[in-house]
Amino acid sequence: MIAMRIGLFIPCFIDLFYRDVGIATLELLERLGHAVDYPADQTCCGQPMGNAGFVAECRAVEALFVRNFDEYDAIVCPSASCVHHVRHKSALPDAIRARTFELVEFLHDVIGVDALPPAFFPHRVTLHNSCTALRSLDHEPAPELNVPFFSKPRALLARVGGLEIVETERADECCGFGGTFSVSEAAVSARMGQDKATRQAASGAEYVVSADMSCLMHQGGSAARHGIDMRYVHIAQILNTKAVDA
Amino acid sequence: MLAAIRRNRPAATTVLPELQSFATLPPDGLQAEFRRRLAQMGGKLIEPGPEPDRLAPARRMIAEAGITCSMVPQLPGNRAFDRAEPASLHDVDLAVLQASFAVAETGSVALRAADLGVNALGYLAQRLLVLVDPATIVENLHLAYSRPEFHDGHYLVLQTGPSATADIEGVLIHGAQGVRALTVLLAIP
Amino acid sequence: MKRVRVDHAEGRSHPIAPDGADPAREPQPRGAVIRGRRPVDHAEAAERFLAAPDHLSFHDKRLWDLREKRDRESHGIPEWEQLRQLASDIKEYALTRLDDLLEEFERNATANGVVVHWARDAAEHNRIVTDILRTHGATELVKSKSMLTEECGLRDHLQEAGVSVIETDLGERIQQLDNEDPSHVVVPAVHKLRSDVAAVFARTIGTDPGRDDPAYLAESQRMSNRPLILDARVGMTGANFLVADSGAVVVCTNEGNADLCASVPAVHIVSAGIEKIVPRTGDLGVFIRLLSRSALGSPITQYTSHFRGPRAGGEMHVILVDNGRSERLGAEEFWTSLKCIRCGACMNTCPVYRRSGGLSYGATYAGPIGLIIDPSFNRRKYSLLPYASTLNGSCTAVCPVKINIHEQILSWRRVMAEHHEPSMTKQISMKGASALLSRPSAYRAAVDGANAVLPHMPRFALYNPANAWGKGREIPQAPGQSFHAWFKARRRKP
Ligand code: SF4
Repeated sequence: MIAMRIGLFIPCFIDLFYRDVGIATLELLERLGHAVDYPADQTCCGQPMGNAGFVAECRAVEALFVRNFDEYDAIVCPSASCVHHVRHKSALPDAIRARTFELVEFLHDVIGVDALPPAFFPHRVTLHNSCTALRSLDHEPAPELNVPFFSKPRALLARVGGLEIVETERADECCGFGGTFSVSEAAVSARMGQDKATRQAASGAEYVVSADMSCLMHQGGSAARHGIDMRYVHIAQILNTKAVDA
Repeated sequence: MLAAIRRNRPAATTVLPELQSFATLPPDGLQAEFRRRLAQMGGKLIEPGPEPDRLAPARRMIAEAGITCSMVPQLPGNRAFDRAEPASLHDVDLAVLQASFAVAETGSVALRAADLGVNALGYLAQRLLVLVDPATIVENLHLAYSRPEFHDGHYLVLQTGPSATADIEGVLIHGAQGVRALTVLLAIP
Repeated sequence: MKRVRVDHAEGRSHPIAPDGADPAREPQPRGAVIRGRRPVDHAEAAERFLAAPDHLSFHDKRLWDLREKRDRESHGIPEWEQLRQLASDIKEYALTRLDDLLEEFERNATANGVVVHWARDAAEHNRIVTDILRTHGATELVKSKSMLTEECGLRDHLQEAGVSVIETDLGERIQQLDNEDPSHVVVPAVHKLRSDVAAVFARTIGTDPGRDDPAYLAESQRMSNRPLILDARVGMTGANFLVADSGAVVVCTNEGNADLCASVPAVHIVSAGIEKIVPRTGDLGVFIRLLSRSALGSPITQYTSHFRGPRAGGEMHVILVDNGRSERLGAEEFWTSLKCIRCGACMNTCPVYRRSGGLSYGATYAGPIGLIIDPSFNRRKYSLLPYASTLNGSCTAVCPVKINIHEQILSWRRVMAEHHEPSMTKQISMKGASALLSRPSAYRAAVDGANAVLPHMPRFALYNPANAWGKGREIPQAPGQSFHAWFKARRRKP
């Protein structure tokens, strides 16, 4: 395989709160033999404004995005909702939109499952597919649809030694984060988070794994508030565990 | 109003799709599917009696019923009805009807104005007994809607089981407004 | 009356109070506060709904149960996705030729002896109904459920004209007697518990206040409605479909109440939105297969009735109502909302709707479909509704006619922003965020500053006050170093 020049797009809240998710993503891509760079002037893709309906306010942010990422073969981001915004909602140039990948789809579709380094995570986990991963990026078909089943995140996790997946009831139900929704409809959002964390705990999982850290931030915050004992990890963190960790 | 619609209607780019039947069941599978769905929808089924009197179970049911209006000459009731005054049917216990056809996919029976005599009979009666000719069962709604009955006469109902409601705490109750029970006999008079 | 729990139609229910258990006595949370044209505050009403645990828990479970039944039925049909596409195509075809098809319908219905009326708006619709009632000297109207008559405010109008209206759908009757709007397009009283219904019926139709058994309550309502139906001279129904090629009006109910209203009184009035038209009788195969499966997870409604003309010795009127529809047809991003067949599947699956109740939307239409059509009736009043969504998209995935509901919700947010409908704080914070996020050095300075005062970060990351987040969730623990800083440090190393 030809090594690619990858521009790493780390969304603002991962940058600030989840440094280790950024590190895991970076290391994983490097272990696959690619040249990974993190353009230091990056800020955001414009999603918060776009989702609130403020399209005009997105433009300057998008111009900056182009300046930061135009030179790379691929732009990879460990967040489905940000990639969905870039690809489907932004006014970014087509060439940029086509080269922007969410991490799971990049690993599954571009790299190929077999090329992944061995990983080891001897725990019971439950998978949280974010709504964008499910209904906009096709990580799995939305369960409402009557179409053949496939799963990109499960295909990746199947390769992780010692890992067991258990199912959460109402797995496809939105956890209630929803960006600005989490504060403009704080009560409903919080209740959805509480319900989600309660069902996750009932699944018997030790960890919740997801490709979307924003959902996990909300779920983790809900679990902590309600005294629910659950740990939340990004899928990059699991895929980047080394077999020797055992 | 039409002018406003004409002014605003989007460009007509969608073509009207061809209709398909989506039929897959073999002819001998129709009855089983009809039975299964009828039961699922809360309808009852009684089996025909042995030859020569296939209608014997229906006769027994009528004999035990109160006021009965029948649209099936071979199974007479005990009340002649006044077509001009539907409300006069308010005290009918059992109505005996013959369906125009039936639908396996949904367990429905098709009743036209001509099958009901008075449309209100199908709703004011407490219970219905409906005869269905097994040869008239169609597999699904696509095939049902290709039948000529929908272009003829003023009224046709696809009735599926009895009147039902779950409007109070999701508890299913039969006989919310219309008939409390629907019984089907798969036989021709 | 028989009471059964089988895997049937609306059945397979999960009563929350088992037989004989103490009935819930929690007071019913009421809907949104309406203050004229001032924006309806969904979040405020939702918070009160969430504070009623018994109501919340039943409402959420009951509707999720319907969503699961819908999944089971739809997954049992191999051609399901094909049917959705067909339904969407047929509706788009019909809407783009609405004028021609309505004329064809009028021709065929008239030939069958139906009197066809055209109503530009709610007022005209209500006037036509009043005139028909007057001609027949009727002071009572028995009717089945119709969202259109809710939209037109028919009940209030007739009450003022001295006509008493009797809703005959059980759920709708409960709502009428309690002076509340329906909270759901298919199950209008789903936000009520049996104890609430018992209280309403005890007050209005004289049931025993100590009894809240659903079978008893339903039977009492049957007994109290029946004489009214038998006496009525005029009955009214809505319409689920109008068929152009046969002039038929199709009405789907589970109770059979529409047929009672149409077959007992001499006069049958149909109130129908113009978007209900389908071109061919054969199209019904597609729609009827989808409708009840999407709504309740049953293969068909108990009654699917086709009215092509008046009953023997009777009269039949069809009122074709516009009331804003032709205008919506011209709205480029929103016209496909007219494909809606009012199955309610988007409401059942909506996690926000299930946790806030239909009345919290303060509008005729609640839930996802409400978010995209209510603002077209009154942009200011419903300016906050498009924000009552997480944009999770489940509504779009269940919609039998493939309306891109969650995308239209987002488009409405854009319309609201363009018309400066959201609050000034949001305007300012979005402008501020944009200025910051387009200038890397200012951004870093802000972030580093914020980093120093962690854990107050969601203020910045979410552009909103931190206390709203902290209401129900903990704030994440920041690691003390951003990825940005880590990467910079790593780079410096050899
Ligand atoms: S928008 Fe779609 S899902 Fe919602 S009620 Fe209408 S047809 Fe049903």
